[in-house]
Amino acid sequence: MRRVNRSEKARIALTLNGRKLTADAEPRLLLSDFLRHELGATGTHVGCEHGICGCCTVLIDGVAARSCLTLAVQVDGREVTTVESLAAADGTLNPLQQAFRNNHALQCGFCTPGILMSFTDYLGRNPKPSTEEIREVLSGHLCRCTGYAGIVAAVEEVAKSAP
Amino acid sequence: MKPRPFDYVQPDTAAEAVAVLAEYGDDARLLAGGQSLLPMLNLRLIDVAVLIDISRIGDLDSIRDLGDKIEVGAAVTQNKLMEWPQLKQKLPLVAAALPYVGHFQTRNKGTVCGSIAHADPSSELPLALAVSGGEVVLRSKRGDRVLAAGEFQQNMLTTARAPDELIAAVRFPVTAGQGTGFHEVARRHGDFAIIAVAAAVEKDSIRVGVGGMAGRPMVRRIEGDAAAAISEWAEELEGYEDLHASAALRRDLFRRLGPHVIEEAKKCAA
Repeated sequence: MRRVNRSEKARIALTLNGRKLTADAEPRLLLSDFLRHELGATGTHVGCEHGICGCCTVLIDGVAARSCLTLAVQVDGREVTTVESLAAADGTLNPLQQAFRNNHALQCGFCTPGILMSFTDYLGRNPKPSTEEIREVLSGHLCRCTGYAGIVAAVEEVAKSAP
Repeated sequence: MKPRPFDYVQPDTAAEAVAVLAEYGDDARLLAGGQSLLPMLNLRLIDVAVLIDISRIGDLDSIRDLGDKIEVGAAVTQNKLMEWPQLKQKLPLVAAALPYVGHFQTRNKGTVCGSIAHADPSSELPLALAVSGGEVVLRSKRGDRVLAAGEFQQNMLTTARAPDELIAAVRFPVTAGQGTGFHEVARRHGDFAIIAVAAAVEKDSIRVGVGGMAGRPMVRRIEGDAAAAISEWAEELEGYEDLHASAALRRDLFRRLGPHVIEEAKKCAA
């Protein structure tokens, strides 16, 4: 049984985008802040910090979740995947990212990392979703500048080319 | 915002969790999916001295078929239950309610028992548990006790759980082949409902439940003229006012949504 006092820092070992890392965090540190401030993975954005906006969505053991509603201590021994993992090392966009670009699915890009991670999980489970299903998943995100039509079109483009 | 400091304990088994809970009682909160608790901590609406994380306890993470009931353990997420292959057949009302619970992303972590423990008066799973006549298994060092849904949820965010008790599981009666209906009105899909209505067809009557009209889900058997019965019931319940809706709007929504959900349940039964 693990016990960490409020003033103590716990040692956390995780795999971030395929790389094994260790870092320290006090119990109250949110995963979103841990990623950004301790690990320097600033691709994950923080919007509302209470689970509504979806900007901070990452994959924990492959499953999309709000990093602002997860404690850093909870990912000890787990695999965390963030938006930084999507493009190739030379910057080539992956098919989902490319589809966002093709369909003008972003303007300011603040909400984009979370949306990309949600659909990375969802398209893995359901590679050919209906428009209705895409909208249902997208309802877990807020975009305040682009609007949702381009995002739906981008995901539809990826779904169309799925085998 | 960020939570205030707290101590963190991660027990490995349910027995350990119960022992830690006995040690801290009221000073502790149980963390399962955290989709209600963490927003409350982040917004500093509540304070906890000790957070007991039960999300990784393997013996709480199972869906068990007990024959006439389905038992859902404390660490089972809403999406895990939603993806359970026998859900539609054995628990049709729960299958109809689950898509309304939060979003895909929050259902990945949010637990079935956590939603029932949180006891929001307009939330879907407490309503489904109440209408289907389910029960809650409470575990402490003193032993297990089982409460009916109606005894468990007492008022807004208030339940019969004692400070040293862990909600080990909830049990939904198997209602294979039952005609059921579920609908709600919310500001946007995935938000808390302003009004949620559930209906289940029984032999000579229909069991109807409504969330968002009182401090907890209200359940009643309705026979004969559904519209008249709902209208009368809406007057009796009065409803309450909050940021999203007046009591009058709640009554009006219930009058309109109630008969519609009952019709749907009847059609589904036919």
